Amino acid sequence: MAEALLILLSAILVNNFVLVQFLGLCPFMGVSNKVETALSMALATSFVLTLAAGASHVVFHYLLAPLGLEYLNVIAFILVIAALVQFTEALVRHTSPLLYRVLGVFLPLITSNCAVLGVALLNTGTERSFVAALLYGFGAAVGFSLVLVLFAALRERLAAAAVPVPFRGPAIAMVTAGLMALAFMGFMGLG
Amino acid sequence: MEAIIAILAMTALAVACGAGLGFAAARLRDDVDPVVARIDALLPQTQCAQCGYPGCRPYAEAIAAGEAINKCPPGGEETVKRLADLLGRAPQPLAAEETHTRVAFIREEDCIGCTLCIAACPVDAIVGAQRMAHTVIASECTGCDLCLPPCPVDCIDMLPRPGASA
Repeated sequence: MAEALLILLSAILVNNFVLVQFLGLCPFMGVSNKVETALSMALATSFVLTLAAGASHVVFHYLLAPLGLEYLNVIAFILVIAALVQFTEALVRHTSPLLYRVLGVFLPLITSNCAVLGVALLNTGTERSFVAALLYGFGAAVGFSLVLVLFAALRERLAAAAVPVPFRGPAIAMVTAGLMALAFMGFMGLG
Repeated sequence: MEAIIAILAMTALAVACGAGLGFAAARLRDDVDPVVARIDALLPQTQCAQCGYPGCRPYAEAIAAGEAINKCPPGGEETVKRLADLLGRAPQPLAAEETHTRVAFIREEDCIGCTLCIAACPVDAIVGAQRMAHTVIASECTGCDLCLPPCPVDCIDMLPRPGASA
């Protein structure tokens, strides 16, 4: 139980995927203009991240490792992730056509979200059990969602702020992201 | 030897992923019925609800489930014929009076310019502004009668369409 909490806390705050490990930066910058879309994106990515962590664990330990094919892990994970994203897309289209429209192109783009591949690769680097791997993926998803929604809320307020002309647009967004990353460095002490 | 094992393992993984996706697609696809979409494309999209359904899409779903194809007055005989072609059913005469032979006419001297009929018109065939007399664009009007109930002064008449055969 304590170990589970430690994995979760580490993945959400201390080793936050976006702000500490700098993975999954494209949706972090691309889908953070509005809190609503950020939230839907966070939900879809969380779903894929958690599933991918579990699926890649199974593939690595029950298919690749017994055959001595560990060196194929990147290709295998990309295959599994792509299939999972396709599955999520079908699921979202079936359950919520509205959400499917809102997410649009970002849904298939989860495939190329490096955080998803990152979770799978980092999981195989350590000797985690299936449940621990799933927890780590879930923690990464929560951390990603937290940061994405926080950043979207900040950017919504920035839109109304009096920003100096040269800093407007992506520039101030980068500065904001940097400041958030600095703040998350503060969680290092927790570990 | 090792290369063959690697190729076989990756192929097996790919086949498993593909099979899973195919299965999921088959299970999840049923809501986007292509037949409903094609029926819907033939309906006039006036959303007038004269067929007894809230709009054209619900009626298209009902037709796909076996409902009669002759309940769309704005579409007229032409739509019935096309639906019959698409579905391979026998064309039937319209159940209701064909409304396309009629056109709404606003008596401008009675119109108080309340804009209620503009909001009611499903095809935006009524033009006008607050406290100005409205008028009907005859070529756009489908004769659906939906503008009649909201009019507070009953200044809209349904006239036979000039040049219509029936």
